[in-house]
Amino acid sequence: MKVEIEIKNLNFYYAGNIQALKNINLQIFKNKITALIGPSGCGKTTLLRCINRIHDLYPGNRYEGEIIFQGRNILSNDIDLIELRSKIGMVFQKPTPFPMSIFDNVAYGLRLRGIKNKRELQDRVEKALKEAALWEEVKDKLNQSAFGLSGGQQQRLCIARAIAVEPEVLLFDEPTSALDPISTGKIEDLIIQLKSKITIVIVTHNMQQAARISDYTAFMYLGEIIEFGPTEKIFTNPENKLTESYITGRFG
Amino acid sequence: MIRRRKIINKLALFFCFLTALWGLFWLIFILFDIIRHGITALTPSLFLNEPTPPGIPGGGLKHALIGHLLITLTATLIGVPVGILGGTFLAEYGRNYIISRIISFIADIMISIPAIIVGTFVFAFMVKPMGHFSGLAGGVSLAIIMIPIIVRTTENMLSLVPWTLREAAFALGAPYYKVIFQVVYRGAGVGIFTGVILAIARVAGEAAPLLFTSFNNAYTTYNIFQPMASLTVTIFQYAMGPYEDWHKQAWGASFLITLFILLLAIVGRYLVRLKFKA
Repeated sequence: MKVEIEIKNLNFYYAGNIQALKNINLQIFKNKITALIGPSGCGKTTLLRCINRIHDLYPGNRYEGEIIFQGRNILSNDIDLIELRSKIGMVFQKPTPFPMSIFDNVAYGLRLRGIKNKRELQDRVEKALKEAALWEEVKDKLNQSAFGLSGGQQQRLCIARAIAVEPEVLLFDEPTSALDPISTGKIEDLIIQLKSKITIVIVTHNMQQAARISDYTAFMYLGEIIEFGPTEKIFTNPENKLTESYITGRFG
Repeated sequence: MIRRRKIINKLALFFCFLTALWGLFWLIFILFDIIRHGITALTPSLFLNEPTPPGIPGGGLKHALIGHLLITLTATLIGVPVGILGGTFLAEYGRNYIISRIISFIADIMISIPAIIVGTFVFAFMVKPMGHFSGLAGGVSLAIIMIPIIVRTTENMLSLVPWTLREAAFALGAPYYKVIFQVVYRGAGVGIFTGVILAIARVAGEAAPLLFTSFNNAYTTYNIFQPMASLTVTIFQYAMGPYEDWHKQAWGASFLITLFILLLAIVGRYLVRLKFKA
């Protein structure tokens, strides 16, 4: 199995030298779904946000260690963040449609990459919307505002926007926590389908979700990875006591 | 006990109503007076003719109308870009620097600075060195009044745009300027535009700063480097003058300027409603 991302001895500090991640070592396998679970404040979202360096938007944040992706340490200073983020996409907890039409939302990342040809834009927007299982619902109103869609549709739009640029890796930060069960189901199906093309890392509060969709699971607690392994093993036969009490619902 | 509270409540309500009525009375009185006197002054010659010597009928305010529009336009052209870009710096690029908070604070003070002080400032730094009054100096003084208003509205409107939206754009690999221009401005557009409209409305009624800067001109000029007439200064001049004709035209000018500001304010309010309904 190919390793897509290798995290080595990663420490992360928020502004004010508050350590949020302690000595993280983790391998993320290509074309698999890796779930990060753990109680609130354990650092799973912080870890996810290291992988596309979105922490860099806020001053005072500091990384230590290495995250190796395509043979390079993406934490080094000479990494082009714009290029990195075009290879590692992200979908957020709350849907984040841009204040523009449905078409322009999906085309946004494509236009950023300099695609101006109308025909090509149309084709790739359509393809992305189909992959995100949204095409049938929006094909007649591509020029309407994205705010008119329901929460679940907006989230699928955001996924379409992220996959339109054909990233290698897609990071999901609790993508269904703001959605109803039906929308959640649709998005879970979608994520499973995506993994044939894209490596996926997903943060979730919902343990059933992790068990349903992920191939590997990392259990985090107080900024550390307590246990990492195939999802099946983590949920049926965890090695660590803490993992066991978390997944059986004794704390968290 | 409850009876007493009910009585106090009624009393409070009564006094609130009374004070509201008192304020409203004068407002309507002034507006009504302007409309009553102003409307009769609105003749074609008011718009089309230049002033005639006192006593000769048929004079108009063409010079002041054009001057006023040109000065306001100059102020808008200078004030709007500076204001919006300044506000953008405070809310975006400079949001983590102490200097931004200092600028914000100073802008707040500048908003309530008396306009005449701005006029004297521009007189000292522009009119004196140039050696004469000019429409441009008038525009600059109005722009100085506009800028802090637009800076603060822009800053506030931009900070209302949730950070997750910016993060989403960054996560697609957008550079910061594209995030601001393509995503954040769209989210805050109506709010910023409203701020601009209200800032224009605010300066359009100023007379004091223009007295020291664009001064006055008895003839129509399109050259902003010349002294320029404006409606507000003309009102000041004509209302103080001894001629019946002047008084009438001053009423007409008052009516026009009130109407202009009223329209801008209504557009501004309408846009605010549009934004916060959506």
